[in-house]
Amino acid sequence: MRNFILRYLLPRLGQYLVVIFLGVTITYIIPRLSPSDPVERQVAEIMVSGAHFGPEAIAHMRDALTDMYGLRGSPIEQYLAFWARMFQGDLGPSLSRFPTPVISLIARALPWTLGLLITAVMISWVIGNILGAYASYYEKSGIMKVIDVASQAVRPIPYYIVAVIFLIVFAYFFPIFPAGGAYPVGRRIEMSIWAVQTILRHSALPALSLVTVGMGAWFIGMKSLTSNIISEDYVVYAEVTGLPQRKILYGYIMPNALLPQVTGLALNLGMIFSGALILEVVFVYPGMGMLTYQAVLANDYSLIMGIAIFSIVGVATAVLILDLIYPLFDPRVRHQ
Amino acid sequence: MLKVIRDLLRYDGRFRVAFIFLLATFIMSAISYVSPQDPGRTFQVPLDRSPSLQYPFGTNSRGQDVFWWMTFAVRNSLYLGLITAAVSRVIAIFVGLTAGYRGGYVDRILMSVNDSFVVMPVLPLLILLSFLFRGRMGLTGLGVLMGLFGWPWDARLIRSQVLSLKERSFTRTAQYCGAKDFHITIFEHLPFVLPIVFATTINNMIWSIGMEVTLGVLGLSNVTLPTIGTTIYWANAHQAMVAGIWWWLMAPVVVSVVMFLGLYLLSQSVNEYIDPRTRLRRIGA
Amino acid sequence: MPLLSVKNLHAYYRTEAYGISRTVRAVDDVSFELQKNEIYGIAGESSCGKTTLIKVISGSIKPPLRIEGGTMTYTFDGRDVDIASVAPEVMRREIRWKEISYVMQGSMSILNPVRRVRRIFRHVVDTHQGIDDKRKFEALCRDHLKKLGLPPDILQAYPHQLSGGMKQRIAIALATIFRPSLIIADEPTTALDVVVQRGVLQLLKDIQAESSNTVLLVTHDMAVHANVADRVAIMYAGTIVEEGPTEVIFGAPQHPYTQHLIASLPVIGDKGTRSALPGAPPNLASPPSGCRFHPRCPMAKEICRRVVPSMIQLDTLHRAACHLVGEREEA
Repeated sequence: MRNFILRYLLPRLGQYLVVIFLGVTITYIIPRLSPSDPVERQVAEIMVSGAHFGPEAIAHMRDALTDMYGLRGSPIEQYLAFWARMFQGDLGPSLSRFPTPVISLIARALPWTLGLLITAVMISWVIGNILGAYASYYEKSGIMKVIDVASQAVRPIPYYIVAVIFLIVFAYFFPIFPAGGAYPVGRRIEMSIWAVQTILRHSALPALSLVTVGMGAWFIGMKSLTSNIISEDYVVYAEVTGLPQRKILYGYIMPNALLPQVTGLALNLGMIFSGALILEVVFVYPGMGMLTYQAVLANDYSLIMGIAIFSIVGVATAVLILDLIYPLFDPRVRHQ
Repeated sequence: MLKVIRDLLRYDGRFRVAFIFLLATFIMSAISYVSPQDPGRTFQVPLDRSPSLQYPFGTNSRGQDVFWWMTFAVRNSLYLGLITAAVSRVIAIFVGLTAGYRGGYVDRILMSVNDSFVVMPVLPLLILLSFLFRGRMGLTGLGVLMGLFGWPWDARLIRSQVLSLKERSFTRTAQYCGAKDFHITIFEHLPFVLPIVFATTINNMIWSIGMEVTLGVLGLSNVTLPTIGTTIYWANAHQAMVAGIWWWLMAPVVVSVVMFLGLYLLSQSVNEYIDPRTRLRRIGA
Repeated sequence: MPLLSVKNLHAYYRTEAYGISRTVRAVDDVSFELQKNEIYGIAGESSCGKTTLIKVISGSIKPPLRIEGGTMTYTFDGRDVDIASVAPEVMRREIRWKEISYVMQGSMSILNPVRRVRRIFRHVVDTHQGIDDKRKFEALCRDHLKKLGLPPDILQAYPHQLSGGMKQRIAIALATIFRPSLIIADEPTTALDVVVQRGVLQLLKDIQAESSNTVLLVTHDMAVHANVADRVAIMYAGTIVEEGPTEVIFGAPQHPYTQHLIASLPVIGDKGTRSALPGAPPNLASPPSGCRFHPRCPMAKEICRRVVPSMIQLDTLHRAACHLVGEREEA
């Protein structure tokens, strides 16, 4: 147990803190690398928008913006103040929807993204791994070959392109699914079977895109892992003892091959999350990605920054949770 | 080299497909130099013509021939991929070799930073960055920027290769024979590391071109420059799908699928060629 | 009545990749018999075809490995079984482990790293003898382990918590749980240090003596054969070059290759240098003509280059395949 804590738990927690430290620090530094003064830029943009302000109002605005950007005091003071605000969960107010706090905009969008992401990742991970193991362990069947070729073909294509293909095919040429949104415009969502149905129907295409790309990746990964594990002594031995193939697949190959796939999931979470963000934009799905898009369109710098920090902390936390679950599957980590 | 290519062409179906796709991509980007159309100008040809013999990819709502526009887009996207790959290669090789050879606390610190970058979602950070530098950043700038984020996976790969090379007996033999560490690194180990670097270069290009598509779609790259991403940006801005001008979106989709598949299959094929274990598995030994 | 009779067995690997087809003649014209109640050793360098021979006679033949000729007949309880023509399902359920079991090379890693040892016993027992009752199963395993002098607690352990010697003993325990007619042990002691080796070999001997079945012991380690085997066959480049009772093979070897193997063994007190055989074992994809040993044989003659030597019976149990031995016999 002591060994487990020292060699497994503490390094993971340390890694978690390093990720958050680096992420927050980078988001602190990036705006300060920008050649233009964000305050002046914001003021200029507001002036350009045609509104007329007296010099006093402008000075007041400058003051408020300097505050908001945390630009008061020496860089070190600014940095510490930045952290202090992070700890309180204070990401500042949104500029485009002033004075709504960024955190509450995120809180509104987050459930959509989480629902889509968790469902799609679980489906693609489970199915991709099972199919990958089957494809590699059993004699090649026709269907497996098709899945293999399809996975290889989808693997390198960016999420965005896959989404556009789905959009063109399933919403334009064969309009089976709605082209966008999560519910019809103008309807309020209530808890009802109808609501669940429409949300599912609207989430189908983004989820399908995520699942397609993800499944292909897990399938290819599992296939090559399995083909390595098949030649491991314990699998050859199980075959020699005459165990039925099904038992070897589920009792020997899968439990061992899935371990690196759990790690792979943890390592790829950031990338999958980024992919989901962009899918939301294609399908006008009202989650974090759409919020990001709106922030870019509205020049809402504080919202983008809040989203960046929140994403980093969120993904790091999810990775930590996966790392904490991992020992349940691997006795070698558990009983060191 | 030529013999390797000939052998791969003859026996590896994936390499054949990759070869054809990449050849098409290169030809496409090469003929941009003889383009009759300047991609910076609009209203050169009739608007919204569907694909025909005269306009193989159709024309768009800005009065541009989509085919010639795409030749520039392919060229720029490839250029961007190469810049990103070059920058991130330098960092990845440096970090990977240093961590692998120095070991100890240097290794632990470098890998800790490395792993943090691996799990961090890069997209929000890139969005933040390109948002702040919007309009002031050319293709090269964007490539360098992505290069700064695109190294950690490969650094880890190079490090693990170095670690395994360090354990091989030929390294020990060289050390006992009195060879300097630097000599061993350059003459004995680099030949093993380089193929990995090559394979990761291709994957890195795929990643960066894909990232540019994402940023371009959000309007965060320089939208006056033709790239695959900005093509989609303009098509969206003119609501091409709503107006039924599907070829405007189809062109970048088809071109990028050909390019990505070509690059990916090339890296797979090369990976297999340089990894004798997979080759052995194929011949059943 | 022998337990297994192998006649003129040929087993080749045929592969094709990058347009080049290759045939590796891993087992080329091998004949021998296994008696009931004996320990039969097969010795030879690595890649001489030992492992392929085991695969073939235990009925695990998978492409690219193919049988190209010869017969292999087992006699289980007076019933003849041609192992090459048994249906895979019957092979798996009825013959594997119940009649022919296997102590695999590299037993260090034969245990599934993510499951307790009990699970492996459970799987093996379930496959061949469905025991539904958990207590009965537990009792069977514990009894068996106790008989072999192993602590029954190891059922509860994960493989990484066990020592190499213990894992090897578990492999033997697994192989003997159904009292099979034949136990094939492939390099059972190679990865172990000498002290542990002794214990493992003793265990193997004890089990054989107790249940009077047959052990086929395959290893390159001549010392192990000297200690354990009743009869020894020497393999070289896919063929058996000499076979005889252990004392005869070690006392009066006839084939030059065997002579070399014996001469290279260390002898206590002897400080002379041991000569190494020149050259390397032949590539089985293109073996030498005539006697396959001739390029390395210090006594090779013209005929050795041209004609494949046939097996010459020197005694009731002793035979060798060498032209020189043949000439001596005729003279």
